[in-house]
Amino acid sequence: MSATLSVGVQAADFDVGAELAKLEPLGGGGVASFTGVVRGGNGLTALELEHHPGITETMIRRIAEQAAGRWPLLGVTAIHRHGRLAPGDRIVLVAAASPHRSAALEATAFLIDWLKTRAPFWKKEYFADGTSRWVEARAADDEAAKRWIEQG
Amino acid sequence: MAIAILYFASVREAIGHSSETVAPPPDVVTIADLIGWLAARGGGYAVAFANPGQIRAAIGDDFAEPGTPIAGAREIALFPPVTGG
Repeated sequence: MSATLSVGVQAADFDVGAELAKLEPLGGGGVASFTGVVRGGNGLTALELEHHPGITETMIRRIAEQAAGRWPLLGVTAIHRHGRLAPGDRIVLVAAASPHRSAALEATAFLIDWLKTRAPFWKKEYFADGTSRWVEARAADDEAAKRWIEQG
Repeated sequence: MAIAILYFASVREAIGHSSETVAPPPDVVTIADLIGWLAARGGGYAVAFANPGQIRAAIGDDFAEPGTPIAGAREIALFPPVTGG
């Protein structure tokens, strides 16, 4: 099965409906997706996403290719934003089209788990009181990514 | 051997700039050696690399381990664990 890969690294927002609509006509019968959004609260005013511009797209494309090699997918979409975002702004979209819902759902979980641990992005949080801090990597994210290795 | 080094996120902020070209001595063989050599400069470098186990690296567009040799590398990025998604 040959999958159509669509990868984007951009400052601009993306249209979730339009992106999913591109996957629907591929003949798979099912499209699964995950959208990551800037979480508000705790006085957060902005989230700055830094990335390694020279290699980010290559890294994300590789993750998409791995998903396509592992599940019977007809399409994979992975879009990640960079720059300064506000609470409620979209950060990332991953989606997969497949004839099998389990493949589409599992591939989507794989894509976001691996993006979180293997794509060169770093988040910095800015707060209303003027402070800021780099988000620290979470062990739970590493564990989530690891399950895809243990499963083979 | 001139290598372009790129710094990101908290590593970049501690060091105070995002890139530089370095020529490490021959006894700097691996990524871990490179981090140790840079940390020995002191100042922001010592701060950035105070906990070498928390530093990740990429040689070109491949992630590298602490023991990965740097021979032949043209561009090496050093950064904290990624937090995208």
